[in-house]
Amino acid sequence: MSIERASALRRRIMNVLPVTIVVTALVALWYVGALWMNAQLQGDFFANAGKTNYSFAEFAAAELNMDRPKLPAPHQILAELEHSTFEIDPSSKRSLVYHASITLEETILGFAIGSSLGILLATLVVHLAGLDKSLMPWIVASQTIPIIALAPMIVVILNQFDITGILPKAVIAAYLSFFPVTVGMVKGLRSPDPLQLDLMRTYSATRAQSFFKLRAPASAPFFFASMKVAVAAALVGAVVAEVTKSEDGGLGARLLAGSYYGQTVQIWAALFAAAACSAGLVGLIGLIDRATARRMGYAR
Amino acid sequence: MKARALAGLVAPAMFGLSVLIAWEAVVRGLGVPKIILPAPSAILARLVGSVPTLAVDFAQTIQAVLAGYVIGCASGLIVAILVDRTPFLQRGLLPLGNFVSALPMVGVAPIMVMWFGFDWQSKAAVVVIMTFFPMLVNAVAGLASAGSMERDLMKTYGASYGQTLTKLRLPAALPFIFNALKINSTLAMIGAIVAEFFGTPVVGMGFRINTEVGRMNIDMVWATIVVAAVTGSLFYGVVALIERQVTFWHASYRQRPA
Repeated sequence: MSIERASALRRRIMNVLPVTIVVTALVALWYVGALWMNAQLQGDFFANAGKTNYSFAEFAAAELNMDRPKLPAPHQILAELEHSTFEIDPSSKRSLVYHASITLEETILGFAIGSSLGILLATLVVHLAGLDKSLMPWIVASQTIPIIALAPMIVVILNQFDITGILPKAVIAAYLSFFPVTVGMVKGLRSPDPLQLDLMRTYSATRAQSFFKLRAPASAPFFFASMKVAVAAALVGAVVAEVTKSEDGGLGARLLAGSYYGQTVQIWAALFAAAACSAGLVGLIGLIDRATARRMGYAR
Repeated sequence: MKARALAGLVAPAMFGLSVLIAWEAVVRGLGVPKIILPAPSAILARLVGSVPTLAVDFAQTIQAVLAGYVIGCASGLIVAILVDRTPFLQRGLLPLGNFVSALPMVGVAPIMVMWFGFDWQSKAAVVVIMTFFPMLVNAVAGLASAGSMERDLMKTYGASYGQTLTKLRLPAALPFIFNALKINSTLAMIGAIVAEFFGTPVVGMGFRINTEVGRMNIDMVWATIVVAAVTGSLFYGVVALIERQVTFWHASYRQRPA
């Protein structure tokens, strides 16, 4: 192994090691927390069962394997995740794959609508001077409004027009994801140097030409940064929308059902599934970003 | 300067006004049913007519927002200072913080309702969790933003860690901290309202929205949203105003040469 290789490997380990230690510490903390939070409930169970003579180990083991604990232990969540992902038929309503696929569908559709709208708005704002002054403050203001609060209403309104299924939820996902794209792309499309824009003018390039040959390529890093934020926001929108219209399924519906019936393990499993979906989508965009960066030569 | 500031207000105001007029005209002209989209005038009438209800909802939700916002931002800042002090945590905790801040945090709402009960405390807990990570990530970046020249200067003064922190690094971090405070002001509103979808005593803006949608009182829903929007914008505006006063030295507020 060459020296550079060895030092690269060393750096890699130095990067991963602290994260691993912190994660391990958090899991350990979690177990302590689970023991602490479930203690009273389990004590009541044992008292009701007339069981007075038990060791601490017995008590702790019972605590970490309760049916409806206040805080489920990590292994319970993993077991539930594994059970509802791999062991149940994916077409069943009890399968996490079924719910996650609904949520992902809504997220991706909403993200596609939202980011196209965002790019369109950004292009308009960059090219029409009047729009920058009049529209931009409203785009910013629209985000100080709790848009998520509109979710139940949008679902109901679209229902009136017989638009049901995944579209109403995708609309909410789109609503949440268009903003980061607009702001990021306005910044990105304005990122070329005035010198470069002047150069395009000396070439007597049309607006379209300087858009496609200068502005659009220059905005690539901003594009990917805002895509990552937008896709995460779209997933949040989809999950919240599912909470308000839970009969169609999805991870949000799973969360709500879990909270109705006090199935804490199920709630946590749905939460972890949503986290995995979000991380997966962001990671996927990150990969495309890195590949594009390498080809376009702006990689750091 | 003053004329330009006025023009900056008039253009968006005109745009907003024309949207409202167009909305009213479309609703009246096409006879859109009230359950689909009420006219702005109808929403205003409803808003004025139900001030007591809206005020009680507002009071219920705002205490969760404020309590959660203060605790979340303060603890995020404190943890950021700790992380900054220990390089190990910086490498171990920060990637996790970045990861967690992209997660659908609203999902913890049902769990918090289970832990802290139906009242505002559980909503405040959701807000704490939602606001903690943006503050952590931004404040750590801000604390790292003081230049090495300035740090060297502090060293030549023989300044202690605490002195360097309060006199140089925290002030240098202020623009980043205010960025987080602004992001968090809207997140806090969203968090509290969404948390109320998962169970609340029969009061609160999220509760109102959810129940009035079920009863097809769409104008009441819009009235609540207007209250929420105005509150959110004011909250954001107050934070932005304080930022302007406190970080007047920052490049983005210095007057541009004409």
